[in-house]
Amino acid sequence: MTRMAATRDGYGQALLDLAGNPKVVVLEADLGKSTKSLHFRKAHPERTVSCGIGEQNMLLVGAGLAASGYIPFASTFAIFTERAFEQMRNGVARPNLAVHLCGSHGGTHTGTDGSSAQSIEDLAVYRTLPNVTVLHPADDVSTRLLTVQLASTTTPSYMRTARNKTPVLYDDAPEGTIQIGKGIVLEDGNDVALVACGVMVSQALEARSLLAEQGINATVVDMHTIKPLDGELVDSLSQRCGAIVTAEDHSIIGGLGGAVAEHLSASGTTPLVRVGVKDRFGESAQSDEMLEMMGLTPGDIVTAALEAIARKG
Amino acid sequence: MKGHPSRQSFGDGLTTIEELEETARRCRVHIVNMVHRAQAGHPGGSLSEIDLLTALYKTQLRVKPEEPDWSDRDRFVLSKGHASPGMYAILAEMGFISVDDLASYRVKGGICQGHVDMKWCPGVDFSAGSLGMGLSFGMGAAIAARMDKSERQAYVMLGDGEIQEGSVWEAAMAAAHHELGNLNVILDRNRIQNDDFCEAQMRMFDIPAKWRAFGWNVMEIDGHDMSSILEGLAFLASNNDGPSILIANTVKGKGVSYMEDNPSFHGAAPNDEQYALAMKELGVAA
Repeated sequence: MTRMAATRDGYGQALLDLAGNPKVVVLEADLGKSTKSLHFRKAHPERTVSCGIGEQNMLLVGAGLAASGYIPFASTFAIFTERAFEQMRNGVARPNLAVHLCGSHGGTHTGTDGSSAQSIEDLAVYRTLPNVTVLHPADDVSTRLLTVQLASTTTPSYMRTARNKTPVLYDDAPEGTIQIGKGIVLEDGNDVALVACGVMVSQALEARSLLAEQGINATVVDMHTIKPLDGELVDSLSQRCGAIVTAEDHSIIGGLGGAVAEHLSASGTTPLVRVGVKDRFGESAQSDEMLEMMGLTPGDIVTAALEAIARKG
Repeated sequence: MKGHPSRQSFGDGLTTIEELEETARRCRVHIVNMVHRAQAGHPGGSLSEIDLLTALYKTQLRVKPEEPDWSDRDRFVLSKGHASPGMYAILAEMGFISVDDLASYRVKGGICQGHVDMKWCPGVDFSAGSLGMGLSFGMGAAIAARMDKSERQAYVMLGDGEIQEGSVWEAAMAAAHHELGNLNVILDRNRIQNDDFCEAQMRMFDIPAKWRAFGWNVMEIDGHDMSSILEGLAFLASNNDGPSILIANTVKGKGVSYMEDNPSFHGAAPNDEQYALAMKELGVAA
């Protein structure tokens, strides 16, 4: 039986892993119970700063701490980080201060809270900022490891985590598998590459099984780092598979699909089909219902794969 | 915690009112030179803030011009980052940068960027330019000082128009909640913002009462009277139980007759004729 876990729990665990570093501080905006920074707060209240329901202030308090030698991890819902976008842009990214922002409850998979809580543009907006690393891990293990790695970087970051449990992929992964900036090839196949992030990685793995029933062999990649994009891997997938499908619980505009499209536009003519939220808002429904409504099921990925394969030269 | 005994060993020992006034006068000359040379920039708010900056840098701030990145320095955040000529002027007077560097204001590759930028200019602690951000950054610096168990202080200069930004009040509430006695704000109450008088753009009613209601120690001063400013700085130094703010009543464009209280010189440069008049008024021989 596959273990199920939420990526936000991996984030909470990572903060505890990092607690031995006295420079690590945690910033909260009244959602620590949700983003899972609460475990750190309970263990280290002296290094946790409550910013109340004030995301704009939180980001810049982080900037002030970072400029004074601290390593701040700030979190709230993905959607509410966007309220502080200009603070992230002007006060964090521009002076290149290593504030690590985590947006939990990203994507339509968040479910019944409805469209106001379902960020489908966070990856796109943060990807436009110079200096900012953008991550969207697929399971709690990789979230934990990537978060720990962030503490050693000298540049700011945005990481999206998710509210709901998804299959754990990396319980048995060899050391060194999970590295910022390096996509992970989970399954090999020469007919089409399914490049996914977050909850869509496990959907892509299911799609691979469905494609196999039709005699199609798909590569599946966990592209947990949206920026900097692992362009070398995308190039090798282009050469080997000749067709790419991206899959994300995010707008098809500007996220993983956008990043891969931009890369391919400069380097090749490989057919690309993007699976994602098609320029619309979500609504209240269960997670699985949301994925179906938004066209984010394994079946949708299969349809996209067939289209991409049909467009091969 | 404040009133650290070694504080007076910083700066260049200038403490007399006359010397402070003379430094401020030279800064005013620098300011007008910068905006005239660039034919752009913000003279009004630079001239209104400069007496405050002069007194702060010359008598209070624990900084080392020869070691601008000294980690235990006091932090100064010019949140009204457009009033950069004022800050560059005092940085030059302090020796962080040279008077020649002031010619790089708004010039390609120059360390004196249009708005103060920590990545470009020695002595600048925060990259400002977007209003409403500096107080939050100063709060972070103050928390860091407390975590470091350091006596260093964080000072933030806000504009009065700037406090129309909602995020200022997020920070005001949070700083009082965290009882940040090492966070000190100076509000340059010059009564004019970009488009017009503040009173016309957005009435702010009782500003001292607002800060008191947010849990701050508040004192009103005359932002052009050095004795009043020094009293205010002493007030900041003696209040440690929470964040403190000086509401400094100032005149936009102070020191240049036609700029004073004139919204047109919030963000406009003098022409050659106006420049000559300003130099005359500031005591520069033709």
